[in-house]
Amino acid sequence: MTWVLIALLVVPLVGALVVSFLRKDDAKAKLVALAFSVVELVLAVLLWTAYKPSSGERLQLQFGVDWIPAFGVRLSFGIDGIALVMIAVIALLIPLVIGAGWTEKLPAGRSQGGYLALILVQEAVTVAVFAATDVFLFYVLFEVMLIPMYFLIGGYGGARRQYAAVKFFLYSFLGGLIMLASAIGAYAMASDELGKGTFDWATLVTVVRDADATTQTWLFLGFFLAFAIKAPLVPFHTWLPDAAAEAPIGVTVIVVGILDKVGTFGMLRYLLPMFPTASKNLAPLVLVLAVAGVLYGSLLATGQRDMKRFLAYVSIAHFGFIALGIFSFTSQAGVGSVSYMLNHSVSTGMLILVIGMVIARGGSSKIADYGGMSKVAPLLAGMLLLSGLTTLSLPGTNSFVSEFLVLIGSFPTQPVYTIIATVGMVLAALYVLWLYQRVMTGPLRGDALVGAAAGPGAVGDPEKKTAIGDLNRREIAVLAPLVVIVLALGFFPQPVLDVITPSVGATLTEVGVTDPVSVQEGK
Amino acid sequence: MTEPVAASGIASLAWLLLALPAFGAAVLLVGGKRTDKWGHLLGCATILGAFGYGLALFFSTLGLSPEERVQNVHLFNWIDVNALTVEFGLRIDPLSLTFVLLITGVGSLIHIYSIGYMAHEEGRRKFFAYLNLFVAAMLLLVLGNGFVTLYFGWEGVGLASYLLIGWYQYKPEAASAAKKAFLMNRVGDLGLAIAIFLMFNKLGTTQYTEVFSRVSEFSSAEVLAITLLLLLGACGKSGQFPLQAWLPDAMAGPTPVSALIHAATMVTAGVYLIARSNPLYNLSEDGRLVVMIIGGVTLLIGCIIGCAYDDFKKVLAYSTVSQIGYMILAVGLGPIGYALGIMHLLTHGFFKAGLFLGAGSVMHGMNDEGNIRRMGGLYKFLPITFVTWTLGYLALIGIPPFAGYFSKDAIIAAAFTGEGWRPWVFGGVALLGAALTAFYMTRLLILVFLGQPRWKDLKSEDGRDYHPHESPLSMTVPMIILAVGSVGGGWFLSSGGRLAGWLEPSLGELKEEHGVISHGMVGILTVVLAVVGAGLAFLLFGRGKQPVERPARVSFPVRAARADLYGNALNEALFARPGTWLTRALVFLDLKGVDGLVNGTAALLGGSSGRLRRLQTGFVRSYALSMLLGSIFVLGALLVVRFS
Repeated sequence: MTWVLIALLVVPLVGALVVSFLRKDDAKAKLVALAFSVVELVLAVLLWTAYKPSSGERLQLQFGVDWIPAFGVRLSFGIDGIALVMIAVIALLIPLVIGAGWTEKLPAGRSQGGYLALILVQEAVTVAVFAATDVFLFYVLFEVMLIPMYFLIGGYGGARRQYAAVKFFLYSFLGGLIMLASAIGAYAMASDELGKGTFDWATLVTVVRDADATTQTWLFLGFFLAFAIKAPLVPFHTWLPDAAAEAPIGVTVIVVGILDKVGTFGMLRYLLPMFPTASKNLAPLVLVLAVAGVLYGSLLATGQRDMKRFLAYVSIAHFGFIALGIFSFTSQAGVGSVSYMLNHSVSTGMLILVIGMVIARGGSSKIADYGGMSKVAPLLAGMLLLSGLTTLSLPGTNSFVSEFLVLIGSFPTQPVYTIIATVGMVLAALYVLWLYQRVMTGPLRGDALVGAAAGPGAVGDPEKKTAIGDLNRREIAVLAPLVVIVLALGFFPQPVLDVITPSVGATLTEVGVTDPVSVQEGK
Repeated sequence: MTEPVAASGIASLAWLLLALPAFGAAVLLVGGKRTDKWGHLLGCATILGAFGYGLALFFSTLGLSPEERVQNVHLFNWIDVNALTVEFGLRIDPLSLTFVLLITGVGSLIHIYSIGYMAHEEGRRKFFAYLNLFVAAMLLLVLGNGFVTLYFGWEGVGLASYLLIGWYQYKPEAASAAKKAFLMNRVGDLGLAIAIFLMFNKLGTTQYTEVFSRVSEFSSAEVLAITLLLLLGACGKSGQFPLQAWLPDAMAGPTPVSALIHAATMVTAGVYLIARSNPLYNLSEDGRLVVMIIGGVTLLIGCIIGCAYDDFKKVLAYSTVSQIGYMILAVGLGPIGYALGIMHLLTHGFFKAGLFLGAGSVMHGMNDEGNIRRMGGLYKFLPITFVTWTLGYLALIGIPPFAGYFSKDAIIAAAFTGEGWRPWVFGGVALLGAALTAFYMTRLLILVFLGQPRWKDLKSEDGRDYHPHESPLSMTVPMIILAVGSVGGGWFLSSGGRLAGWLEPSLGELKEEHGVISHGMVGILTVVLAVVGAGLAFLLFGRGKQPVERPARVSFPVRAARADLYGNALNEALFARPGTWLTRALVFLDLKGVDGLVNGTAALLGGSSGRLRRLQTGFVRSYALSMLLGSIFVLGALLVVRFS
């Protein structure tokens, strides 16, 4: 079944190539891009069935070819349960992003063909980042990932898109370079030890994890900085609000919903197994940043006036939870963090898409330009509320399971940080419900809304045409799968947890920790 | 505590209790406008169905011997990661069954009442969907067989309450009240959540059966912490001090909601939580003392503020706050009080729901007027409402033989037990509360139903004349049924220790202790004080003409009571305002500070801040800059590796 993974890497690239020839024909470009992204989704489902979580094999469906033999660099790929869920969620979100942007107006002179080709390239590279099993290859893809995104933000974004794109690029690129330094350090160690250098992840892990504490600390910091910028952890977060605010809404989904997971994925795949000693020694540093992120992100989300910047700060808060779970070193917290990565993509992805639909109607991303919208668009209001409820981790929605696991799993090893982070639950309710209140309830407000509703027979009358309507069929089709997933994973999360648990367990074994709360007898 | 056995027979179908109302809610929400014609009927049918099944389950359990009356229904494993297993299952026992009957019984009546009450509302089916959602979540709360399933229901009812308080979304005060309720509840949920973490940390489980059978493994400090954290949760949900401020605001929702959620069922969940966790509370005398203090303080706060309000529903809301204070006080007494708390909860469920429905009926007939100063003499116009309301009133103020007398008198008598200062303080507070309750409720009775009709020359806010009229049958019949419960419920439940005996497998035996004052004496005192309170109200409000505008020049206590004893002002000063300032400061800092630092560093590296702008368009230059920095780091790292 290795072909499935190869196909997952190739199909979007082929799609991008085909779509890039359709720059003259927007309608056809959209259909072709959608078709390719759906094929990718089908492949991801196949990948899910091909992966055997309980087989005990750390990395599965592996394949590779030599790339730079002189340095032992290989183009090698393979997946564990963590990479699998991330690849699956990318494949899920891209068709929805394409569907949601179906009627979006691009800046003058830009074609759908160019835009969608970049999106598909982004999909291919991101899948590759999660699947890479060679550290140098990972580094290269980590940087290459920035290129389509740079053009997506800089070419198709809002007024300050150039600024946001460069800032995004500089931040991530710098982080990446520092990571390269650490990767080369690890390579050097391997060549000392084995007589022959290699970047193979599985080999490097066995070499580097026994290094002395000082070496590990420096190498750890190199990787960590790259991941902390990407994740983003406070105070390395300031690129995200700008990128999220300036990017077109579909690209915001990719930046906030997917790309930043590479940071936390990197922590799990690279920091913990390669530098177990440093990970344990420096855990307090990461935990402080994590918990600070929860509170800081939540408070700033409350204070935002712009809906897209709001989304960025919500994510910063959520990444605090994810980092807390990873560095608490228990299986419940770790599984919680990985499922949080998946669920954050789903629920934040949904929240962004819904806010995109709000903005498409009101023509502004300023919260103050809205009010009482539920009167003219009750279904849209319901969707905003539902995506908000999963953002605040209400039980019954997918996010509750992950937040609960992170907190209950972190408590035994890190009670103080956990209790502080739990306060984030209250703040989440505040920023979500306050946004909903300002946009959807009260009297109708804002130019776009009142203009539409004050006209003759405008309010809630489907017979008469109004400028602002409720969700149309395309929008319902985009959101319906997300609604189903949000509720299904809220009530029945176990199939996903079963895929994640062995990989997280293996990671913790590599760190050399065992759960403080052990399995009770008779279970 | 009786150990649970696996459910068999009719009990194994108990998931129907959740599925029926949830199914109704799902159909109504997904179906949308297509269900407009019959949506309310589906809503009522599913709740009635659940009630019917609940009755069958109740009688089949009654047929079992007491040792077999605690049953466990395993549905599936919800979350299972190594040592942590969270079961999605139900516990069918006398305590949960009692709540099932209350929730589905009163729920059915209020569903039926809502058909008439909400008849003119656009989107009535959505209202029924939310009500159904509430019933499903509330049933999960009481039926769940572990603390996490309880938490699921707990937050679920919070959502339903949020949706229903904010039903009149276009009114800003309704939207604010909804958000406030959810937020203050989440503060309480924090306590519940951390208590759950503590249990998992120590025992590796959060299921009732294991936690309760292994409570002895906790240290006394851990038990104290858990009981206090659970109490915080209870305070949020049940509107107890210091989290009481959301409940009166919640009256912005439609009246059936106030009756069902904010009087009879949801707000009593805190009492349920403490009673359910009795094996934990039994171990901590200090924890129980705090519970009693919270109950005592709240019951006084509720009474005092209730005396000062002019809004029909808000007076009743503060009355609810205060009556739940009695229940919390009762369960804080421990084995001598758990069953008493539940009994008062049941009788209160009947008479308070009836009082709210009566208020709704009055407002329905008075152009939605809620100000009692603009009422008066309404007994002639709404005779059925008047009679049923008065029966509920007599039950609430504790006149024998009405329901409240039995349940409240028992709590007051139990409060007079113990040693040292406690019986005198708690008993005294409970007695004082009884007098104050009679006072503010009599004031309400006089200003609404008796005295001069003050509304004759007034117009309502929308400029219409008042034409008070009796409500339709769909509204009066539920009121009559609840009134029957208010009359006979107390005697029925208490005679021969009927309820306490039934609850024994869940709560343990109801212990009896001799108080510092005899039970008979307490009974007499309670009634005398109630009569004094009521008489005082008659003297103050029953004679002469009451002003339509509320007097502005009043004494300090009245001013303080009108301002909710400054509870909101305190919240504002302690949390809201500092929070706002902190947030503003952080937003500023984030833009100018953190981000400025980053941009500033970049500018510095680029030579001057003027170059930054060009840098942003010059891809190559930034690339070079990054390469330079990266190379420095590469070299640095290599050196470290080589030399260490």
